[in-house]
Amino acid sequence: MNEEKEKDNIIDEVTSSEYKYGFVTDIETETAAIGLTEDTIHFISKKKNEPEWLLEYRLKAFRYWLTIEEPDWALLKHPPIDYQDIIYYAAPKPKKELESLDEVDPELLDTFNKLGISLDEQKMMTGVAVDAVIDSVSVKTTFQDTLAKHGIIFCSFSDAVQEHPDLVRKYMGTVVPHTDNYFAALNTAVFSDGSFCYIPKGVRCPIELSTYFRINAANTGQFERTLLVADEGAYVSYLEGCTAPQRDENQLHAAIVEIITHDNAEVKYSTVQNWYPGDKNGKGGIYNFVTKRGLCKGANSKISWTQVETGSAITWKYPSCILQGDNSIGEFYSVAVTNNFQQADTGSKMIHIGKNTKSTIISKGISAGKSNNAYRGLVRVSKKADNARNFSQCDSLLLGDKCGAHTFPYIKNNNSTSVVEHEATTSKISEDQLFYCQQRGIDTEKAIGLIVNGYAKEVLNKLPMEFAVEAQKLLAITLEGSVG
Amino acid sequence: MLLNIVDLHVSINGKEILKGLNLGVNYGEVHAIMGPNGTGKSTLAAAITGREGYEITSGDIIYKGQNIADLSPDVRANLGIFLSFQYPVEIPGVSITNFMRTAINAKREYQGEQPIPAGEFLKKMEEKKKLVDIQSKLTNRSVNEGFSGGEKKKNEIFQMAMLEPQLAILDETDSGLDIDALKVVANGVNALRSEENAFVVITHYQRLLDYIVPDFVHVMYDGKIVKSGSKGLALELEERGYDWIKEQL
Repeated sequence: MNEEKEKDNIIDEVTSSEYKYGFVTDIETETAAIGLTEDTIHFISKKKNEPEWLLEYRLKAFRYWLTIEEPDWALLKHPPIDYQDIIYYAAPKPKKELESLDEVDPELLDTFNKLGISLDEQKMMTGVAVDAVIDSVSVKTTFQDTLAKHGIIFCSFSDAVQEHPDLVRKYMGTVVPHTDNYFAALNTAVFSDGSFCYIPKGVRCPIELSTYFRINAANTGQFERTLLVADEGAYVSYLEGCTAPQRDENQLHAAIVEIITHDNAEVKYSTVQNWYPGDKNGKGGIYNFVTKRGLCKGANSKISWTQVETGSAITWKYPSCILQGDNSIGEFYSVAVTNNFQQADTGSKMIHIGKNTKSTIISKGISAGKSNNAYRGLVRVSKKADNARNFSQCDSLLLGDKCGAHTFPYIKNNNSTSVVEHEATTSKISEDQLFYCQQRGIDTEKAIGLIVNGYAKEVLNKLPMEFAVEAQKLLAITLEGSVG
Repeated sequence: MLLNIVDLHVSINGKEILKGLNLGVNYGEVHAIMGPNGTGKSTLAAAITGREGYEITSGDIIYKGQNIADLSPDVRANLGIFLSFQYPVEIPGVSITNFMRTAINAKREYQGEQPIPAGEFLKKMEEKKKLVDIQSKLTNRSVNEGFSGGEKKKNEIFQMAMLEPQLAILDETDSGLDIDALKVVANGVNALRSEENAFVVITHYQRLLDYIVPDFVHVMYDGKIVKSGSKGLALELEERGYDWIKEQL
């Protein structure tokens, strides 16, 4: 392991050059037979040694999934997905029980190092706990002991099912039921792994928690499942960042993230997403169809979603908040970049149910190349949601004249004491702005990076420091070659 | 010679604007370019700084002994050419501080130097702000966003002070300024004058030249410099008007 090359974050390495992760790890993988039947579900559940109730839940979701059809209302175009042409389980075969990092499959560790994930003492000093997930199996989680001191549970979803089944059973599916949508049903049936986090009453998690993903074997669907629960008065800041290797076949990524906050609790969920976006001609790339939802169950609770989306061939996600508790707050800050032939249909839903609830939506879309970027948002104020307040701002920045930006704001207001505000702007980087920068010695690429980061500043400022720096670089990299 | 323009012909969209312009500027000199609207003064500035859309059909622009016609605008800037814009544009979300540091480091990178250390940079900012009477908090604002005309022009001179160019072109720096702002801007420019640099001051009116006293005055007409002289020429123009020049041709 080349210590000098270890960097704290994958993103940093990605942003220093072209998409470098064009490699595949050659580890013995025990995979399910291709296709999706009840046998597949049994296979997955057995492999993970799951309790009966979970297998039943999966089967229930699968049977429901068979009865519904893929939605087609989004502003997205893609060839039909053959769900029978996907392998739904691929896990590196563990050699034996893993007690310490020394016993981790060396090839696996090498992959982590290539990705810049360090699971050693150096990581401990930076104070970031990492739960590394590779191809549906979680390798040893670090910092469990440190977090355990505070009573914080942070482990893989699979481990949580084994060690904290009651907690999982209590909360799983309460925010995103299996009947919610087509991809939620699919995920509930075949989810592989993800993160589980529980913060006990009154505990402020002292470190930022984070998870790295990597899709490896060909034609493997990535069905991650994450559940975050903040009990009364708890706080946690969670970072999700991911990358994937260069592939020719499209890869489906249909994840579910559920967040629940009790009275006076707060969860900050930040994402920097850089899945392989497809090549310059629109070939290949990840399909990112994700259901993310937070339930502000308790009074005075708060959930913030901050995302920087630069990857994926197609992005389809609406991180949302259900503001059930009185005085609860939901926030959504997003920068979504599309270049070349990428497509995005993304936004947020804020559902106001309790009294005096507040929500903020700041969405910054940046389109370049021949891409299409759509914002879709819903602000729903129910009849009993007295004094609800919403502010939404969706801005689009167009680089060049072959890209598209679209806005679909939905407002359903059923309470006359509420205030809902919506603003939208569309702009271009003017030649005057570019020339002004150039005349100060700043070349075109740097100038676009500067101007775009200025445009996205409001959102980038919401990210935790480490992510903010990488996100800036990522924005600049994603827009390379998009001058026009 | 710092800048030598020889028989320059420049067209925009096929229409010829500069029709054989000649201009020589030495280190330590201040040249004023005057002339009525539409004679090509701004086109000259655009051609020297390399703005897109301005096609050099013939002639040369020699800067520090090098023909710069094929160089991109940012490279010309890194070689020490600065333009104080007539209409400075806004760049939302980009603070003046960030903008200046990016520009200074771009030049350093071009010259193979290390980026400017934070302490040195901040010290320089404070020093130059005083030069143009800019309040401290202003530099945290986005470039030119919400600035008045006078503030924008002061900001241009501030940037010039920070970047320390060899050749500074001031494009109608006095337009839209009241007398007080004019004095501040002029003082800033005068403080930067040295034997190591030169200025090309483009203006309509004599007034600015009371404060930035030129070594040479050139009058442009129909895409060429038709008359050159000392600072007295500007006063004559003021008295007699541009028609006097036309009559002489």
